[in-house]
Amino acid sequence: MLPHLFRVHQVHRETVDTFTLQLDPVDERGAVSFVPGQFNMLYLPGAGEVPISVSGDPAQAKHLTHTIRSVGAVTKVMDKLKRGDLLAVRGPFGTHWPVEEAEGNDIVIIAGGLGLAPLRPAFYQVLSDREKYNKVVLLYGARTPQDLLYRHELERWRGLLDVQVEVTVDSPVGGWHGDVGVITTLIPRGHFDPARTVALVCGPEIMMRYTVMELEKREVSQNKIFVSIERNMKCATGFCGHCQLGPIFICKDGPIFRFDLVKDWLGKRDI
Amino acid sequence: MENFEQLLAAHSFFKGIDAKYISRLAEQATPVSFKAGEYIFHQSEKARQFYLLNEGKVAVEVPTLVHGSITIQTTGQNEILGWSWLFPPYTWHFDARAMEATNALVFDGEWLRGQCEEDHELGYAFMKRISETVVNRLQATRLQLLDVYGIHF
Ligand SMILES: Cc1cc2nc3c(=O)[nH]c(=O)nc-3n(C[C@H](O)[C@H](O)[C@H](O)COP(=O)(O)OP(=O)(O)OC[C@H]3O[C@@H](n4cnc5c(N)ncnc54)[C@H](O)[C@@H]3O)c2cc1C
Repeated sequence: MLPHLFRVHQVHRETVDTFTLQLDPVDERGAVSFVPGQFNMLYLPGAGEVPISVSGDPAQAKHLTHTIRSVGAVTKVMDKLKRGDLLAVRGPFGTHWPVEEAEGNDIVIIAGGLGLAPLRPAFYQVLSDREKYNKVVLLYGARTPQDLLYRHELERWRGLLDVQVEVTVDSPVGGWHGDVGVITTLIPRGHFDPARTVALVCGPEIMMRYTVMELEKREVSQNKIFVSIERNMKCATGFCGHCQLGPIFICKDGPIFRFDLVKDWLGKRDI
Repeated sequence: MENFEQLLAAHSFFKGIDAKYISRLAEQATPVSFKAGEYIFHQSEKARQFYLLNEGKVAVEVPTLVHGSITIQTTGQNEILGWSWLFPPYTWHFDARAMEATNALVFDGEWLRGQCEEDHELGYAFMKRISETVVNRLQATRLQLLDVYGIHF
């Protein structure tokens, strides 16, 4: 898949190290449509190329939205992007969250840290099709209140009467009056019926493993739990083997997997 | 009383416990309410109560000289509060403050200890549930210590 040029329309700072880019295609070949859970390869000449999930609303066809945490060589350069700057985009790639497949069920979205970025499009879609689901639950955990992504939207979502939104932080620095404790502590408090629940989970691998254990305690079955594995990749097309995990290639077969199909590989290094 | 029995039977902590214990415990349950901001107990005070939270939210806090009170955990509906009444020296290790209007059923810890000593079947059922809660909190604390949202993960 060939890269297309995009222009930065807006940069929004989410936290000290995380920012959201809204990108406009420079020509009509640049695609902004995607399915929740998919990612693009973002390329900056001179810096490099990185896989980044789409974090915007799939129903909004104007801009392409990506939320990026500045962690290393490429993302630190991206952190300096300003309105009007150009970057190249290949994609969208990858499997998607089973948002439509979950219709008629309770849907529980569980995000840790930056994991809310790939899940936000799924939540937008669920909200816009609210009548197609029973219970809708969003559980979100971050390190501190300052690390919460999309704070204003979270506050708005919490105000909705037909959705349960719970937010917790590991460490309550700086005037936080909400929940304190790791994300797993929210799971027993979720108002959902385990027998008819589809759970979408995204965050650091350790967080996902413990989250799944807690979901299993509530008897959500493993084949109704979906996780996003975001180990690093290079080609995004299943050639280079950089992101291979046992028999699977994250770029080609993932990043979203049904938990029971990948549980043997989660938590293992360099397989 | 019947109402308390229903509350106890519906509470996650007592899930699966023999019905005969529910009625025995219901006889000793006292309903309590706390306003938002009200302290339920303070660190170093004698720990006498076992709270079964039915509604609301409670912050478990450590008072510090420099930073004021630091919340280390929040707990709420369908959860329990306080197990220091079970073990010597029977003093609270933390402060507990209602974050919002909170309703609970409270039991006298000494009475409960006595019941568990006298009737080991009840004692075992009770200890099993307390240890599950303690293990859950320990695991959560370990995960909290790992700082999983740092870039090393
Ligand atoms: C499918 C997929 C979707 C992704 N979506 C997003 C997203 O929406 N937003 C976002 O900010 N990031 C996302 N990532 C992670 C992102 O691709 C990496 O953070 C990025 O490639 C790091 O590149 P770098 O050159 O800036 O850092 P590097 O210099 O390559 O690495 C810097 C540090 O970050 C660590 N690191 C690198 N990649 C990862 C990773 N995937 N997970 C954990 N640690 C890593 C390295 O081990 C190193 O310690 C996604 C990754 C994948 C595979």
